Amino acid sequence: MKKSYKIEVDCPNCANKMERAAAATEGVKSAAVSFMTLRMTVEFENGADEKAVMAQVLKNCKKAESDCEIFF
Amino acid sequence: MTKKHKKTLCRILAAAVMLAVLSLVDTHRWLLFALHLIPYLTVGGDILLKAAKGVKNRQPTDECFLMAVATIGAFAVGLIRTGDFGEAVFVMLFYQTGELFQSIAVRKSRRSIGALLDIRPDYANIERDGVLERVDPYELAVGSEIVVQPGERIPIDGTVISGESALDTSALTGESIPREVQAGDTVISGCINLSGLLHVRTAKEFGDSTVSRILELAENAASLKSNPERFVARFARVYTPAVCIAALALAVLPPAVRHFCGLESMWAEWLYRALTFLVISCPCALVLGIPLTFFAGIGGCSRVGILVKGSSCIESLSRACCMAFDKTGTLTRGVFGVREVLPVQGVSARELLQTAAVCESSSSHPIAKALQKSAPAPIDRTEISEVTEKGGMGVSVLYRGKKYTAGSLRLMESMGVTVSAPPYSGAAVYIAADGEYMGRITLCDTLKPNAADAVAQLKRAGISKTVILTGDTEQAARSAADGAGIDEVCHSLLPEDKVEHILRLKRCAPKNRTVVFAGDGINDAPVLAAADVGLAMGALGSDAAVESADIVIMDDDLGKTAKALRISKKVMNIVRQNIVFAIGIKLGCLLLGAVGLAGMPLAVFADVGVMVLAVLNALRALNTKNV
Repeated sequence: MKKSYKIEVDCPNCANKMERAAAATEGVKSAAVSFMTLRMTVEFENGADEKAVMAQVLKNCKKAESDCEIFF
Repeated sequence: MTKKHKKTLCRILAAAVMLAVLSLVDTHRWLLFALHLIPYLTVGGDILLKAAKGVKNRQPTDECFLMAVATIGAFAVGLIRTGDFGEAVFVMLFYQTGELFQSIAVRKSRRSIGALLDIRPDYANIERDGVLERVDPYELAVGSEIVVQPGERIPIDGTVISGESALDTSALTGESIPREVQAGDTVISGCINLSGLLHVRTAKEFGDSTVSRILELAENAASLKSNPERFVARFARVYTPAVCIAALALAVLPPAVRHFCGLESMWAEWLYRALTFLVISCPCALVLGIPLTFFAGIGGCSRVGILVKGSSCIESLSRACCMAFDKTGTLTRGVFGVREVLPVQGVSARELLQTAAVCESSSSHPIAKALQKSAPAPIDRTEISEVTEKGGMGVSVLYRGKKYTAGSLRLMESMGVTVSAPPYSGAAVYIAADGEYMGRITLCDTLKPNAADAVAQLKRAGISKTVILTGDTEQAARSAADGAGIDEVCHSLLPEDKVEHILRLKRCAPKNRTVVFAGDGINDAPVLAAADVGLAMGALGSDAAVESADIVIMDDDLGKTAKALRISKKVMNIVRQNIVFAIGIKLGCLLLGAVGLAGMPLAVFADVGVMVLAVLNALRALNTKNV
């Protein structure tokens, strides 16, 4: 399953950091963040619970870059 | 400017004024230090806070942290030795100004690119009891009747039930001439209704409509990352820690060595140089400049009716060396035209054409239509009677007392008509009157008028080999190839043979060069997918093509293939410029900083100044009109 979310982030390097943090989250197969469109595309592992995984993704992203937001 | 921007601007201005006043004050070192802390905290307080958070989350190589260390270090140098605290404040001030400017520039560019893709219709009108009502287009089922007023966007693909109007399709195709539509015509969502009121019966759900699919593609375009983008992401990950380690080494090693050699160790001087390093260690110019260039390129392409699925597609297209074309509908118009008229002696060409048109006047086959169109005089259909179809091989009619037959060679042979014409393998119609052979008309698909020009443009833009891949006969393929100036012909192919040929071309292509296939996407989806870059032409209506192609040219203008190629090359050039420029200036400043020639102000320029320049350069990719 692949889904795209709107995000809020200030600098391009921060966006890269979010991407890495999201990709490293359990239940996420791959993640791509586009700073230009302010969107995060997440591909979930089979059977992953989207809401729970995204909550964890947001937590990890906040750790990597305090000034970010994901809308899901 | 957003509220956040305005607030930052106020802080910057306040700090700048305070700094200017402080530069006139001369008092005790510690008091001066305390006074300088006021503008410093005013402008950089949030940076310090963020830096602290970064340390708490064990992410210490964040740029706020680096700025914090650098400026605190500058204060330390001031306290120990120079007594100058202005620089630390100035660096923070300059940094914040740059960040502000960058944030505004990015916002602006995001807006201007976004505006190109702003084709989403917000509502649909339906008529209820004679009153127009606005509804969410998501809620409409297939087959609903919607009303599109002049000036509104068509929300959902469908067919016109009543009304006549001109449509502005430029947001979808880049074509500026309005398209005339009337009852019975299909209309595509995203077009703007210019003149008349249209009643439209929807043919799809909103989510499957052209406009939704295009927006989805555009929004996902950024997730297909290109090699340069991956390169800068990797580079950024290594670069920052490497520069930090170098800074540490610079702060410790040279003074230590000097100390042991018996020279004055100059700790403060080397510490200052090391701090300069930290300021340059943020890779933002690179990390921003490259994706922004691709993004601007994708936006610029969509402005001229070329839809690109991702930056990796731009990169592959720019390396194309070989381009294969489907014939029908891509190089040719997909409409038959009369190629050659070959009457027997005693029959004029005009007479033969007229007879053929009479015979085929009641058929809707593409060949029959071509013959009807090329009739030299209008036909009075009341004079035609006893029309008999001959099982897919032809047709015979009674016209002005004579029995005419038009059809294939096999039909003629089965009727015992002696045909005196050289063999021909393409589409041909043989005509006989009362069993007497009259002549033959051969037909072929007509080349698009700009085919030859487009192929020539592609060659100028660096395509070294062009190939036709077609299921059509050799003769038809050769004539199209000759007309368009194409090098190689592969004819009589089944769809799977086309895939084989693409794979062969890919094997033959030089390393790092790619093979492009351009087709109309109706039955060549596997071929589009097999090529390095699949280019679907005029594919607005075809789902399969949009799915499997990398680049979709929304109308069927062949010249846009060359345009897409030129845009891709321009974008890649800007990307290379930005990479070389950003890395070059940073390394240069690092070097100057190491030997003590560049101070912190220049280092801040290397950080934010370069980024702003990279952004401005990237925005050049938006301009695709005259490429």
